[in-house]
Order: sequence, then structure tokens, then C-alpha cells
Amino acid sequence: MTALCDLNRFLDTMMPMHMLVGPTGHISHAGPTLRKLLRDDLVGMRFLEVFDIRRPRCEPSMRGLLSLEGRPLHLQFRNGDQTSFKGVLVAQPANQGLILNLSFGISVIEAVGRFGLTNSDFAPTDLTVEMLYLVEAKSAVMEESRDLNLRLQGAKIAAEEQAFTDTLTGLKNRRAMDHVLDRVLDHQMPFALMHLDLDYFKAVNDTMGHAAGDHVLQVVARALIGATRAGDTIARVGGDEFVLLLHGLTDRTRIEDLATHLIAALEKPIPFNGEECRISASAGTTISADYEDPQAAILMDDADVALYASKRAGRACHTFYASALRDIEDEARKTA
Amino acid sequence: MHGLVNRAIQCFVLDTYGDAAWEDVTRRADLGFNAFEAMLHYDDALTEAVMDAAVGLLGKPRDELLEDLGTYLVSHPTQGAVRRLLRFSGADFIDFIHSLDDLPDRARLAVPDLGLPHLVLRDHTPSRFSLECHGAMPGFGYVLLGVLRAMADDYGALVLLDHQRTQGAVESLSIDVVEEAFAKGRSFELVTAPTGAP
Repeated sequence: MTALCDLNRFLDTMMPMHMLVGPTGHISHAGPTLRKLLRDDLVGMRFLEVFDIRRPRCEPSMRGLLSLEGRPLHLQFRNGDQTSFKGVLVAQPANQGLILNLSFGISVIEAVGRFGLTNSDFAPTDLTVEMLYLVEAKSAVMEESRDLNLRLQGAKIAAEEQAFTDTLTGLKNRRAMDHVLDRVLDHQMPFALMHLDLDYFKAVNDTMGHAAGDHVLQVVARALIGATRAGDTIARVGGDEFVLLLHGLTDRTRIEDLATHLIAALEKPIPFNGEECRISASAGTTISADYEDPQAAILMDDADVALYASKRAGRACHTFYASALRDIEDEARKTA
Repeated sequence: MHGLVNRAIQCFVLDTYGDAAWEDVTRRADLGFNAFEAMLHYDDALTEAVMDAAVGLLGKPRDELLEDLGTYLVSHPTQGAVRRLLRFSGADFIDFIHSLDDLPDRARLAVPDLGLPHLVLRDHTPSRFSLECHGAMPGFGYVLLGVLRAMADDYGALVLLDHQRTQGAVESLSIDVVEEAFAKGRSFELVTAPTGAP
């Protein structure tokens, strides 16, 4: 009897979630942590009535249980509690039944919370508490990292907004164009400012999707770069609006040729996923030499007026700004 | 210095002395920004500059300020995570003291590049200990002193603590546990209820 008490004391300290099952299949002793999980006194109950061995399958008898000696077991209570256990059992000598030890396995966090377990419910050698520490510490660190990532992402978006490049096409953006325009005006260098707007682009977007639209914008950007000189400044300033600053170019014939050439290039069908996207472009140009005191906002607006004159003229064409156009445009704006 | 250390100082000044004080510190230290990122590294000189600025502004000796920082880390409501992580080290205060050597390793498990000083614990009697703190964070012994004071309260232990000396890069603390279960202490559950739970 003393020997048995010693064994129980020994097992309670080393394995607080163990059970002794006698030769008849009844629980004869349970470790203190296991007793805490089930308020009922386990001792005297049939092991297989308290626990369901989910895997591996075995015959529901003492012989069946003993056939699982040494193998990893997956168990659950039969009382409806969802806690799952890992276990291992060994036969006691001389057909005296078996010893079974349990742990929570991966469901440990839930189980510790549900049963209100503390450090003292685990053997000092058990790493459960260290694992709980680690999970909590890592979660805190992960949260910090996630916050940092969110902030960095926000900063990245802000930086992109402030940058000078249109990320879709690689062209300059409106900010960049404003800077360049201010600079050439400061240096009183002659230039032409062409405002170009795609025709039928919305139809491509609507019928073939945004991916097709994005592709068209990229092809347009390449066409604009291809048709102009390396020193010219080309910006995408809106969804399908572009501004071309043609440095030193004030010859109307050459500008008209360039515009015609550009529009023709943009009217070539653009293949996308086995289909063809068809667009065109309208353009309007104003020339810095036409002004006594050229100012950025006025030039931009005049190029815009010329562009709308092209739109009104049936699209797919180019118009130079003239003050008469402004009167028509003002009239149109009034009626609109 | 790891961002977590810098952020600890930042939160301490913010929560204890207010926004204006922290802004003043960042200006005096010439930081050029107003918040440290916990997960980034910063030049050690920045940490020194912030500490110097805080000492100058708050008119407290550096050692005292560091000790307050240690106490703050454990006891202030906004720093609950630190207190919880420390409580995992031991079921009672004596257990906790015995696990102090492991503290840098525990910290390293969570944040591999934190680089806390090496700690050596000696037990002279079952209730009298000394703790040596070796490493590259000068004054860390004072932070630890504050942490231990607050943890003793947390466990409900009555403890006499002293920062005894600094010799080169080694600081020595004495820990005398007068009564382990002096007061009730704060409760600690291994797993907290999920915050979204009803």
C-alpha cells in the first residue's frame, strides 16, 4: 500500500494529468490537474465511459486499449466538452491495468483559459507555461509589426502621391508637369503645350474591363514617348488625359504634323487578350510665343479650350488655340 | 538601441509627464521626429540624447528617472503586456527571482535582436539574493530596480531592494525578500479572455 501511495505521489508530481486504470477498465487514480478538469470524482468510473479514443480506432475493451501501448492517442471527454487531448499509455506489469498520461496538445491555450489552469497545474518540467508566454509575446510583437507595416504602407502611398511619376504609365504626373512648366516659363524658353484626351477610352474600360483600360494607357504612353523627342515632357494628368510640353517647338506645321501622326498612331487597334481595343484622341495646342506674359494656368486652360474645340469638331483631330475659340467655349460653358 | 527600448522611454515620458513634455524632449534631443518605431533600430546616441533631454527637462537625477521607468513598465495600465510577460516567469515572487537569469533569454525568444544585458543571480540565503547586470545598457540596473519593486508589489511580496554599485559595465543589486506573501498581490491568469468575447 505504501508503495502504491509513493507511486501516486511520484506520478502526481511528474505527470499531473495521468491516470491509473485497473485491470477491469476502471480508473483507480487520477493526477491533480486531470481531477481539476472534471469536477466529478474520476476514481471508480470506467475509463472508456469518461474518455472517447478518437484515433487510432480500437476495440472498446481493456485488451483493445492495451493494443495501443506506446502509440500517440487522440482523446476527448464523452461529456460534450470539446477539449481534445494527446495521450500515451503503457501497460502495468502483471496484468495490473495501465498508466495513461495526457496533455492538451495544440488546443492548450483554449484549455488553459477554459479550465483556469495556473503554473502549479503543470509539472515544473512541462514547457506549457513557456509556450503560453511565447505565444503571448509573439502575438504582441506581431501586432507591433503589423502596426508598423500599416504605417509604412500609409507612408508609401503618401510618398507616391507626392512623387512625380504616374505609376501606371511611367509618365510624369500633374505635379511634375506643373514644376516643369513653371521652370520653362521662368527661363522664358519657347515651347508648345499640347493637351491630349483619348476618345472612346471609357467604352474600352466599360466593355473590356479595367485591365484592358490600363493596358491601353500603357500603350498610349509608349506611343507618346515614341512620337516625341527625348527632351519633351509628357504627363498623364487625369484618367485618360495627357499633357505634352514640347520644348522649343513653335512651328505650327511641325506641331500639326506631330499631332496628326500621334492621332493616327493611337487609332491603330490595340490587341488585348485576343480582342482589339479601338480608341482615338483629340488634341489642342497653345504656343508660348503667342503670349506677351505667358502664365502656366492660362496656357493650360487655353490648351484645354483648343482640345474641346477638337472634341466639338467631331473628335480625332487637333486644334490650335485662338481667342475666338475661347468665346465659343465660354458660350458653351454658359449654356451647359 | 532597439526601438522597443526607445519607445519605452517615449511612452514613460508621455504617460507620466504629458504630451508637451515629450515634445520638449524630442526638441531638446533634436530627434527630428516625434515617435520611435518599436520594431526598428536606432543609433545608441539618440537614446542617450533623449535620456539627457529628459533629465534636463524633468530635473530628476538620471538614476531615479531610470528606476521610475522600470516601475512604469510593470505598473502602468498602458504597459500591461510587459507585466503579463514577466509574470509568466514564476508562480510566486521567489520563483520569479530565481528565473531572473533567464530574463534576457526569454526576451530574446520574443524579440531576437533586443539585446538585454546578461544577468547573473546569486542566492545567499533562501530569501537574500544579489543580481549582477553585465552589458551595454548603462543604467539598466536602475531600470531593473524599478521593475523588481513593481513586480514585488504585483506578487504581494515585501522586499528590500538596493542598487549597490556600478563597477565598469557591471551593476549589482541586492534583493532581500522580507515576506513573500505580505499582501494579496494582483491576480494572474495564464490565458486572458479574448477581448471580443461577450
